[in-house]
Amino acid sequence: MSFFEKLGFKREEKLKEGLEKSREGLLGKLSKAVMGKDTIDDEVLDELEEVLITSDVGVKTTLEIIKRIEARVSRDKYVSASQLQNMLREEIIALLRDNDTDKPAEFDAILANKPHVVMIVGVNGVGKTTTIGKLGNLYKLAGKNVLLGAADTFRAAAVQQLRIWSERAGVPIIQQGQGADPAAVAYDTVAAAKSRGADVVLIDTAGRLHNKLALMDELTKIKRVMGKIVEGAPHEVLLVLDASTGQNAMQQAKAFTSAVEITGLALTKLDGTAKGGIVIGISNELQVPVKYIGVGEKIEDLQIFDRAGFVNALFEGKKG
Amino acid sequence: MFDDLSSKLQSAFKSISGQAKITEINIAETVREIRRALLDADVNYDVAREITRRVKEEAESSDVLNSVSPGQQFTKIVYDELVRVLGGQQEEIRFANVPPTVILIAGLQGSGKTTFAAKLAKYLKEQKHVPMLAAADVYRPAAIDQLKTLASQIGVPVYSIEEKDALKVAKGALAEARKQACDVLIIDTAGRLHVDAEMMNEVSEIKKAVNPNEILFVVDSMTGQDAVNTAREFNQRLDFDGVVMTKLDGDTRGGAALSIRTVVDKPIKFVGTGEKMDAISPFYPDRMAQRILGMGDVVSLVEKAQKEFDEDEARIMQAKIRTDKFNLDDFYNQLQQVKKLGSMQDIVGMIPGMNNALKGVEIEDDALKPIEAIISSMTPDEKETPLIINASRKRRIAKGSGTSVRDVNDLLRQFEQMKKMMKTMTKMNKMGRAVQGLKNMYAQKKP
Repeated sequence: MSFFEKLGFKREEKLKEGLEKSREGLLGKLSKAVMGKDTIDDEVLDELEEVLITSDVGVKTTLEIIKRIEARVSRDKYVSASQLQNMLREEIIALLRDNDTDKPAEFDAILANKPHVVMIVGVNGVGKTTTIGKLGNLYKLAGKNVLLGAADTFRAAAVQQLRIWSERAGVPIIQQGQGADPAAVAYDTVAAAKSRGADVVLIDTAGRLHNKLALMDELTKIKRVMGKIVEGAPHEVLLVLDASTGQNAMQQAKAFTSAVEITGLALTKLDGTAKGGIVIGISNELQVPVKYIGVGEKIEDLQIFDRAGFVNALFEGKKG
Repeated sequence: MFDDLSSKLQSAFKSISGQAKITEINIAETVREIRRALLDADVNYDVAREITRRVKEEAESSDVLNSVSPGQQFTKIVYDELVRVLGGQQEEIRFANVPPTVILIAGLQGSGKTTFAAKLAKYLKEQKHVPMLAAADVYRPAAIDQLKTLASQIGVPVYSIEEKDALKVAKGALAEARKQACDVLIIDTAGRLHVDAEMMNEVSEIKKAVNPNEILFVVDSMTGQDAVNTAREFNQRLDFDGVVMTKLDGDTRGGAALSIRTVVDKPIKFVGTGEKMDAISPFYPDRMAQRILGMGDVVSLVEKAQKEFDEDEARIMQAKIRTDKFNLDDFYNQLQQVKKLGSMQDIVGMIPGMNNALKGVEIEDDALKPIEAIISSMTPDEKETPLIINASRKRRIAKGSGTSVRDVNDLLRQFEQMKKMMKTMTKMNKMGRAVQGLKNMYAQKKP
C-alpha cells in the first residue's frame, strides 16, 4: 500500500477533474480504425497527432510515438481494440523514465543519506516555493525531520513566502533575508541540518531564465558548496516545470541539466487544462524521471507521478 | 532544436532548383515545413493549420513559384501573414477622462502579474502620471510583501488591508487613490486558473465594483498549446482590453502571442523583458513575427544601428578592410561603436541565426574590458603593425593590461582571423561583419 493510499488520497481523482471530456476518446476511435488492418488510416493518425500536439508533446516526440505505433501495427496485424489501446499506452510510458530506486519518490522511503539534500530549481513563476512547502509537509507527515533553506534571496518577499509555507507545514527554516548570498544560505542550511540531525533538506532557489548564464553559474556554485559539508549533496536536483509551458520547457531542462545535473522533474499546475506533454520528450531525451505533480494551491495538492495515470489523462479527451 | 524557418525553406527549395518546374508536391512539403516551424514555436495546433492554409492559398495564387528565390518569397508570405494576425498598430493604455484611470491586472499563477504591475507603475510614473498600486492578491503567501517591496523601490504608494478580501481591497484602493489625487490605480490580483469558477467570479466582482478603464491579461510567453484555452476563458469573463507577454528575455519563440491574437481579438500592449523594474516595452507585431519564425529581430537591430553608427566612420573602416589596413586601433574604435548599441547579448541575439549559434555562449558586457585594456597597453606602432609584437612586448602588454601573455596571444590570433574573415565578407553589410567578428571572438573564449 502506497503512502498516498495510507493517507487516503486517491491519486488520479484530481488529475481527472477538469478533464471532463467533450469528444470521443481517441483510443476508441483508434481501435475502430485499425481493426483487422495492418496500417492505420491517415485520419486516425491526424487525430492522434492533434491530441499529442495540443497536449504540448511536441512535433519530434509526436512523430516518434506515431512511428512506433505504425511499426507495431504493421508487425502484429489483426490487433484487437484493447491490444491497440495498450500498445499506445505502453509506447508512451516507455518514453517516460521510471523513478530511480536510490532516490525514491515515496516520502516514507528509507533514504541512503542523512541528511538527504534536495535542491529545487526552475525558471520564474513555475511554483518552486509552493512545491517546497508541499514537499516539506509530505515528508514531515511521513515522519521525516525536515529543514528548509531560503536560498531565493533575490525575488522580493520570496523569503517571507517560504517562511509562511514553513509555518503551514510546521517545519523549521534557515533564512538570511533578501539580498544575502544564496550559496551561503544553502551552505548554512546543510550545515545546520547536519548538526541537528535532520533527515531531509529542501533548498529553494530563485527563479531564473535558463539563458542567463551568469545566473546559471550562480546555481552551479550553490550546488557545489553543499557538497563540501555533506558528501554527495545535493542528492537530488528537482527541476520544477509549469504544465502550461510549451516547447521551451525542453530548452529549460537542457540548460538546467548542464548547469546542475537535474535528477528529477516536478510538473506543476496540472489542475488546469494544460496537459504538460512536453515532459514525455524531456524524460526520454534527458533520461530523468518525473517525480511529482502539483494539482492545486493547497498544501496537500502534490502527488507522486504515476506514468499510467498521466498517459490516461492525455487521452481522456479535452475540455473546452 | 529550432532552425531558422527561412533557411529551412531556402534549403527545401535548393534541392529542387535546377528542375524546370516546381510541383505541387514541393509546395506541400514547404507548407508542412512551415506548419512544423509554427508548432515548434508553440503556435496552437488549429491556429497553425489555419495559417498554413492561408499561406498555401496565397502562394498558389501569387507568382511565388516562378520567382528567382521561392524560398524567400515563401518566407515573406508567412511573415506578412503573421504580422497581419499579430495586429497592425501598437496600442497604448486608454486613460479615463476623469481620473483616476483604473487598470486591473489578471492572469494565471506565476505569469508575472506582480512584477508587471510594478513595472507599469514605474513606466507611467516616468510619463508624469501619479500611480498607486493595490495589493488585491490576498491568497499567495507574501504576495502583498512582494508588491510593497517593489513599490518602495520605485517610490509608488501601495494600498493594502489586513483582511483577506480582494473586493474590499479594490474598492478601498479606489477611494484612497481619489483621496491622494493619484491619477492611475493599478490593481494586482491573485493568479487564478481559468477553470476555477470561484476565483473567476471574484475577479468578475472586482471588475464590477471598480469599473476599470483597462483590463490587462498577463501571460507567460513560454506558454504552450493551452494559451488559447486560458485566453478565451479570461476574455469571456472579463472582456479584457489588452494582453501582456512576460519573460520575453528568455529564448522562447513565443508562438502563444499568435494563438492568443487569433482566439481573442485583443491587442498585445506590453512585453516584459527582465526582472529589473524598467524591463517593459511596447509590443511590436513585426518583431514578434520574426521571433516566432526565428528570423531574429532584424528591424530593431537596423534601427539601432542606424541611430548609433557613424556612417562616415563606417565607410572609412570599410575601405581600410578592403585595403588590408585595418589595425588594432580601428578595431578598438569599432568596439566602442558596437558598445553604443546596447548590451552585447542583446545585439548578438538580434542577428538571425545567431541565437542558435550562440547557445551556451554568454557574452558579458564587461567581457570587452580585457580586450580594451590589452589594446590600450600597446604603443601606436604595435597597434598599427601587430606583427612587431614579440615575446618581450607581449610580456609588457600583459603586465600593463593586467592580463596574461596567453590573453594577449589569444587576442592577436583572433584579430588576425577576424581580419581575414572581414576581408572575405566585405560584401555583407557592415554591422553583420562587426558582430560576426565579435561573435567568433567570444565563441572561442568561452567554449
